[in-house]
Amino acid sequence: MLPFTVYFSPDVFFPQNYPLYIRSVPSQNELKFHYTVHTSLDVVEEKVSAVGKSLADQRELYLGLLYPTEDYKVYGYVTNSKVKFVIVVDSSNTSLRDNEIRSMFRKLHNSFTDVMCNPFYNPGDPILSKAFNGIVSGMMVQTS
Amino acid sequence: MESQEETPIIYTMENKPIVTCAGDQSLFTSLYTSLAQQLPREPMEWRRTYGRAPKMIHLEANFVQFKEELLPKEGNKALLTFPFLHIYWTDCCDTETYKSSVKEDMMRWQNTLRSHSSADWVIIVVETNDTKKNKKTNILPRSSIVDKIRSDFCNKQNDRCVVLSDPLKDSSRSLDSWNALLLKLRTLLLMSFTKNLGRFEDDMRTLREKRTQPGWSFCEYFMVQEELAFVFEMLQQFEDALVQYDELDALFTQYVLNFGAGDTANWLGSFCAPVRNWSGLLLRRPIDMEKRDSIQRGEASLLDLRSYLFSRQCTLLIFLQRPWEVTQRALELLHNCVQELRLLEVSVIDGALDCWVFLSCLEVLHRIEGCCDQAQLAANCSHTVGLWAYATDKLKSLGELCGLVSKNGPTSEDLNRTVDLLAGLGDERPETINSLQSPYKKLKEALSSVEAFEKHYLELSHAAMEMYQAIGRLRSARLVGKSLAEFYMAKGDPERAETFLQEALKSYVSEGWSLPVTHTRRQIAECQKLLGRTEDYLQTSALLAGDGNLSTEERKHFCQEILSFAGKSENHSHKVTLSMNVFAQLTRLQFHPATASVHSGAVLQVELTLRCLMPVSVRIQQLAASIHFDIDHGGTHGRSKGTLRRTNRGTVEFKQGNSSAGPASSAAAGPTLEMDEIQDRSPSDNSLASVGVVCKNTHLVMRRRENGSPPETPNCVSPPTVAMKEGGQMLKVQDVKLEPGNNSITFTAPSGQPGTYTLRQLCATVGEVQFVLSHIYPSVRYEVYSQEPQLTVEPLSEPLLAGMPQLVKFTLLTGHYTVKKGDALQLSNTETMPILPSSSCTARISSPDAELVGESVLSIQSSEKVTSISLPPTPPYHALEFQLEVLCLIPSGSDRPANERLTNGEVRHRPRSYSHPDTPMTAIDQRMSIDCPWSIYSTLLALTFYIPFKTKHSLLSSGNRKYIQVCVQNVSDMSFTLADVKLTEKQHESLELQSFNTKTNQLLCSKHSVFCLWEARWKDDLPSCLQCVFSANFCPLNQESCAFKPFHYQFQLERVTTLYSVKAEIFPPAGEPHCRSGLVCGLEVSITRLIEPSDGEMAEDSKTDTDGLKTTKLMYEVADSSSNWAVCGKSSGMVVMPLKANATHKLQIEVMPLFAGHLPFPKIKVLKYLPHNAAAAIQPDPDSCVENDSLSLLDKTLDDQGDTASIRSRGSIHSVGSSDQQQRGVAMPRLEAFSQGQVFNNSHSQQVLVLPTADDHIMEVNAT
Repeated sequence: MLPFTVYFSPDVFFPQNYPLYIRSVPSQNELKFHYTVHTSLDVVEEKVSAVGKSLADQRELYLGLLYPTEDYKVYGYVTNSKVKFVIVVDSSNTSLRDNEIRSMFRKLHNSFTDVMCNPFYNPGDPILSKAFNGIVSGMMVQTS
Repeated sequence: MESQEETPIIYTMENKPIVTCAGDQSLFTSLYTSLAQQLPREPMEWRRTYGRAPKMIHLEANFVQFKEELLPKEGNKALLTFPFLHIYWTDCCDTETYKSSVKEDMMRWQNTLRSHSSADWVIIVVETNDTKKNKKTNILPRSSIVDKIRSDFCNKQNDRCVVLSDPLKDSSRSLDSWNALLLKLRTLLLMSFTKNLGRFEDDMRTLREKRTQPGWSFCEYFMVQEELAFVFEMLQQFEDALVQYDELDALFTQYVLNFGAGDTANWLGSFCAPVRNWSGLLLRRPIDMEKRDSIQRGEASLLDLRSYLFSRQCTLLIFLQRPWEVTQRALELLHNCVQELRLLEVSVIDGALDCWVFLSCLEVLHRIEGCCDQAQLAANCSHTVGLWAYATDKLKSLGELCGLVSKNGPTSEDLNRTVDLLAGLGDERPETINSLQSPYKKLKEALSSVEAFEKHYLELSHAAMEMYQAIGRLRSARLVGKSLAEFYMAKGDPERAETFLQEALKSYVSEGWSLPVTHTRRQIAECQKLLGRTEDYLQTSALLAGDGNLSTEERKHFCQEILSFAGKSENHSHKVTLSMNVFAQLTRLQFHPATASVHSGAVLQVELTLRCLMPVSVRIQQLAASIHFDIDHGGTHGRSKGTLRRTNRGTVEFKQGNSSAGPASSAAAGPTLEMDEIQDRSPSDNSLASVGVVCKNTHLVMRRRENGSPPETPNCVSPPTVAMKEGGQMLKVQDVKLEPGNNSITFTAPSGQPGTYTLRQLCATVGEVQFVLSHIYPSVRYEVYSQEPQLTVEPLSEPLLAGMPQLVKFTLLTGHYTVKKGDALQLSNTETMPILPSSSCTARISSPDAELVGESVLSIQSSEKVTSISLPPTPPYHALEFQLEVLCLIPSGSDRPANERLTNGEVRHRPRSYSHPDTPMTAIDQRMSIDCPWSIYSTLLALTFYIPFKTKHSLLSSGNRKYIQVCVQNVSDMSFTLADVKLTEKQHESLELQSFNTKTNQLLCSKHSVFCLWEARWKDDLPSCLQCVFSANFCPLNQESCAFKPFHYQFQLERVTTLYSVKAEIFPPAGEPHCRSGLVCGLEVSITRLIEPSDGEMAEDSKTDTDGLKTTKLMYEVADSSSNWAVCGKSSGMVVMPLKANATHKLQIEVMPLFAGHLPFPKIKVLKYLPHNAAAAIQPDPDSCVENDSLSLLDKTLDDQGDTASIRSRGSIHSVGSSDQQQRGVAMPRLEAFSQGQVFNNSHSQQVLVLPTADDHIMEVNAT
């Protein structure tokens, strides 16, 4: 079974949680999966705010397992500029350990930074970058 | 809530390490109580193997009578029943007794122990003073018994024999021996633990390592490791006990995962058996012996094993006071079990797992509630809420499965299923049988009837929602709400469902989650349809019809819903008004023409680009745009005002702020900042003072910031009803078919009245439905202006030259006026600028876009006073152009005729010549008065002509002969040919002017001059005043067949006659043949009167002397401007001349040449001297420069004269003290120059030879 993967992030300037990029494989259960990711924001926010503001600098970006559900495991990652990444993996996928997830996030973060560096990218727009898409696809294939 | 008494007795608390007692039972019994009390009083440090941290533990023991059966047999791994220490009690103090019975008994005891290889034993010898006293005197010292025992049994381990002295007495000796004994016991116990547990663990590990072997059974191993856990628990080492269970848990999990990966273990087969019992977790017992037994028997199902394992973990965690870990682990466990059953492909009937999860959740929650108080629970909602939500979820799916959520209630099939499910629950456990609210009872009740289910489900849902809300997980709360809404929908209660759905939708929309938005909206549509809220439903349908996330079929369905409603013609009174944004988007608006500014009555087209979001083409009965009209007062003057703001000319692009169907993320991006550059220039010199950028839509951007409210999207809730204002003016298009995608619609905009038209709203009508765009932003407007007719005349080529035919261009901008047939321009004729008739004068008519529309020949009729130009018919806002040839006559000179009146009664404006600063030519402004058909007033226009020539004249004399010279200078840029030069005198016929000009045609190049000369001859008397007219014909040089145009120049010459002749002679000094420089020479000036005085002259400036001879006074002056001569003595003086012909006056003046060579004669000036009494006779002209000059001359010259009357008179000026002005006008003597020609200088430009001095080596030395 393929893992579901999602990246989603709020705009840095508007504290709203609209998705910049969502991708899921397979797509037939996409709706349920969107609901899951959306709900996971609650936990992301909880975790981010739980960390004291003074410690925000040293904060670990990887938030770990946000919460398990019967079907998915939801992992979170928040950059210093509060851009959120969420990866959802099918519960039955046991090959992915914490470390793999962590490195996936790091890869994503790097790629996202590249996207932001693109002068033609308007921060806040949905991400359409081919390079980013390629990275995500690569990870999805690799983990499936 | 369970009462405290119900808390289960903790089984393991009874379990204590077993210590056997042999020997004197009565002795032991007497000491048992204090021993059991004292033993756990002091903690002992337990050093552990395998690097585990040492621990302080309190030891307790269960003392039992020694029996051989208690000793574990070979291979028995039971630890709980394992005796850790064996004690032999004796109070024997008498050697005989010892030898006879006690020793034997001990030997037997020892042998038994040895046979079971148990080395943990101790012999306690109790000594009492009482026994000593009561018995016979001791033969042996009392220590000898102990020594004997030691030597008999403890050959190397002396510490295995302990003496307890006077245990029942309260003495220090007794206390000391007690302490020693207890310490010994503890130490020995710990030693035993370490040794035995270590051995056990080793065995256990060995067993675990065998797990790859075929016969290995997890259940067996489970029992072994659990034994260890039990012991740790018994020792109250819960942490260690928990570790054992966690290890078992992990091991089992790994096996299941391996199974999933294809690595099957045989023993796992028993766990793959179909699930038959789903009674949920049981956490009220410390050890669920039933399940433990089934595990031991290898009959347990996966759920049994997991339940048992978790119940043990739960118990230990609660001992450890970590209840929140229980909830967390519980959730993980439940998820995990469901996954594992799936992975192992265990067959489970539908709903069984749901039952199990539901019961388990509630059981965990109950268990937690049992050990925490309310405040703690409330503070830790975040830990329990997951379980609540999970339970809710499961109950809901159970309800759906059993037909409890449908409107009609369960079918028989549903009932059968319910029965099956209930059967799997088994009987209620005895622990909860008395509890009213046990999970078992709840589930049973919930599944029993629709009403009960609803009650329980709502209770759970609300609890979960409230908890989520309390901990700020609003999204999760909304998700629960959504599922509740689904429940209500299924129950046929759309009203309640909608509240929850709208709440959820709001959040999805505000955060831009398009898929959930679509899904939720579809559910809302269903609600609204059921509720009969037509307008809302249609609005939602419109949104859904344009929603790209839906399939085309679904979109078509919703579109059809709208169209079929629109098709109904039941209630004409009420039209449903919907927001247009969801139906079609206005993307572009284009004006034709692009200026968006037309004159009134012109055609202006507005092209709208509408992106239709519907999946099918929609026929629109009417598309209307309402217009707001502003009478723009400034607008009547034409196009100068560019009020329309647009990026591209005539095109306005509309940004799609909030699209409902497209990618929702763009919707949430909010308004983009609209920035404008501002420049602040200083008003004085237009230099840049500051530059900045302003955000024009701050109100929009800031508002979002403040409250973080979702963008005002029409797609979230029912939109505010947009009313279409029935404005007066509308752009309308009937019967348009909108295809999906971009559509172009062209309106013809009204342009009747001049002013500004602003497009406000857009409304598409489809039957009973109106789609209204309530506000077109950015605002779009166009202008209609009205223009007055305008007539301009401009030269075809610059500059216009006077005296020659010149072409001027007439331009008539018709403005709002229509030139009809018969309309004519009436030009008042002026004789200074006649309009030259031309046969073929064509007029060009061009449209506002400067396209040539037509040409027609103008008919020009000239009468005496008026030139009438008939105009061809011209439509409004066109330009009519034609050219006319005009001639500006060059004014001939000083004649100034009286003002005339023009035909229209206006005073004719004389063309006035003036010199223009830009050109050397003299300019003439020529005004034209034109009567136009559209106005009762004449239009006055001015043309500036330039005279190409400048003419000067001069009078030349030679004695009595007179010559007149005229110089014509060409100041224009053209070259001319000058012909027929003539000079005539008007008044005196006797005067003859003889021309010296030989050529008839003269070339007059640009910037050059031509001089002409005539000699005047007369018969009788030369008239003192001559009126001359110079005339010539000219034409441009390069024109061949041109007509010569006349040029006249009038001038007047006065006082032409020569009155005096002045003759000078220079005589060398006496004895010298020539003048020499530096030597004084004599200058003789003779002034001769040539003619008899005329009458005028007599009256004017003569004075009758006493002897009757008429004389006049002249003043002479010798001046040498070039410093050739030095005048020695008087240089000027007064001469009294008799007014008689040939009267001569001679003057002798000494002059000295300063240089050698041919020197010109010094200049001799003769001036008229007017005495003061004669001043009244002449015209007082105080500004005359002659007077000023002569006065200054007088000042200078009369200083050294001294004897003239003028000085006296000047002195009297001051003595009289009358006003200056009067004195000057009346009494001042004056000098007046003779006019040119009145004095003839004979020696003009005569030269005399001056030789240098013989000795002219003069060195000039300047010493200062």
